[in-house]
Amino acid sequence: QNGLDPNTFEEITNYNNYYEFGTGKEDPARYAHMLTVDPWSVVVDGLVDNPGTYSFADLTDGMTIEERIYRFRCVEAWSMVIPWNGFELNQLLEKVGVQSGAKYVAFETAYRPEEMPGVKFPVVEWPYVEGLRLDEAMHPLTLMATGLYGKEMPKQNGAPIRLVVPWKYGFKSIKSIVRISLVEDEPPTTWNKANPREYGFYSNVNPNVDHPRWSQATERVIGAGIFASRKDTLMFNGYEEQVASLYEGMDLSEYF
Amino acid sequence: MSPVARSVNQALRKVPAWPIYLIGVIPPVWLFYQGVTGNLGVDPVKKMEHEIGLLGLQVLIATLAITPLFRFTRINLVKFRRALGLVGFFYIVCHLAVWLFLDVQIWSQIWADILKRPYITIGMAGFALLIPLAVTSNDWSMRKLRRTWKTIHKLFYPAIILGGVHFLLLRKGIQLEPVFYLVGIGALLATRIRLPRRSRRAVNA
Repeated sequence: QNGLDPNTFEEITNYNNYYEFGTGKEDPARYAHMLTVDPWSVVVDGLVDNPGTYSFADLTDGMTIEERIYRFRCVEAWSMVIPWNGFELNQLLEKVGVQSGAKYVAFETAYRPEEMPGVKFPVVEWPYVEGLRLDEAMHPLTLMATGLYGKEMPKQNGAPIRLVVPWKYGFKSIKSIVRISLVEDEPPTTWNKANPREYGFYSNVNPNVDHPRWSQATERVIGAGIFASRKDTLMFNGYEEQVASLYEGMDLSEYF
Repeated sequence: MSPVARSVNQALRKVPAWPIYLIGVIPPVWLFYQGVTGNLGVDPVKKMEHEIGLLGLQVLIATLAITPLFRFTRINLVKFRRALGLVGFFYIVCHLAVWLFLDVQIWSQIWADILKRPYITIGMAGFALLIPLAVTSNDWSMRKLRRTWKTIHKLFYPAIILGGVHFLLLRKGIQLEPVFYLVGIGALLATRIRLPRRSRRAVNA
């Protein structure tokens, strides 16, 4: 699939930003085992025909799970290639029935102080929340991932179910989802709340719009070895052809 | 002086400062070796960059602690201070070298980063302030510069504050560890604030 060479399972599961388990890249691998992912339920609410609390099994029932090998670009200017397993979010949205007034989808991560040692510290406001515009959420590239490398989703990567939006910076791909709400107005998002100057709602990968602290023009390829050169970052992380039309007419330096 | 301080000082009298330089070379060499042999985890370049940078900050803070340690406990480590300062400076040079040659590598981007990214501007400013200190750390400069030498070496105070702020700014969100370091730096600097003259005169009188 698209000639991408995936990172190893080792790399993907030992280098994570999942601040609920600590801010170190290795903290999630060390502490995420504390998270109970079975049973798991997800609240679906807002402007939907079938609101309710879905068990993980009910939510994923009838979904076509497929492998998607996607580039993953972190706002910290490193990147990986990850073979996800999951289904298109639009399948799930179809199942719950999106009502006509809905314009955005809001997501929320589990918040469990007794299972998540990192939430003791107010690094960001908990629980972690994210959001997509409805057309972004409906896009066939947008994945609800339930596994990687053909295995169940490792806990440090956001078990049991997480979002993957490959043309956006990694932090948009919210982990361990417990709530999905269809809403009318642009929902608050965690990093935007923490620092609106640095993190926009859209957060599309864009080499031409710098993060105030980091240049986004290039990226360090994880797994390339210590003497490897940086790689040029691609517009929309290489998915320009598929997603650029979503943002036609928008000034991407304003809506970053 | 407490008996503990006396015996510590006595024991230290026989310990030379030069081994600090030799020992000081080990961590960066070891880190580099670990990086080359694939033992620094998933992102070896960042690991190297951060570990040696943090070690540099720690050694420089230790350097800053020598005077207050003497003031409050009478344990005298002053003869090790130059070696510690230089080893700390060496680590910062290594930190910078990793960033330049292994991390960013692209000179136009490096220059843009220094100008545009506050945490890099601040880090570079701190480094720049340390250069005259390192250059004048020899006996010859000390004799030659006399009073000026002391003034020059006061640059260490702003330099270490810049180092602490650099650490704070490069993390995402508000993280505890860099705040901890800044508080430590602040406390060590606070011990150097001289009391107003009045109180000294009162003692003399």
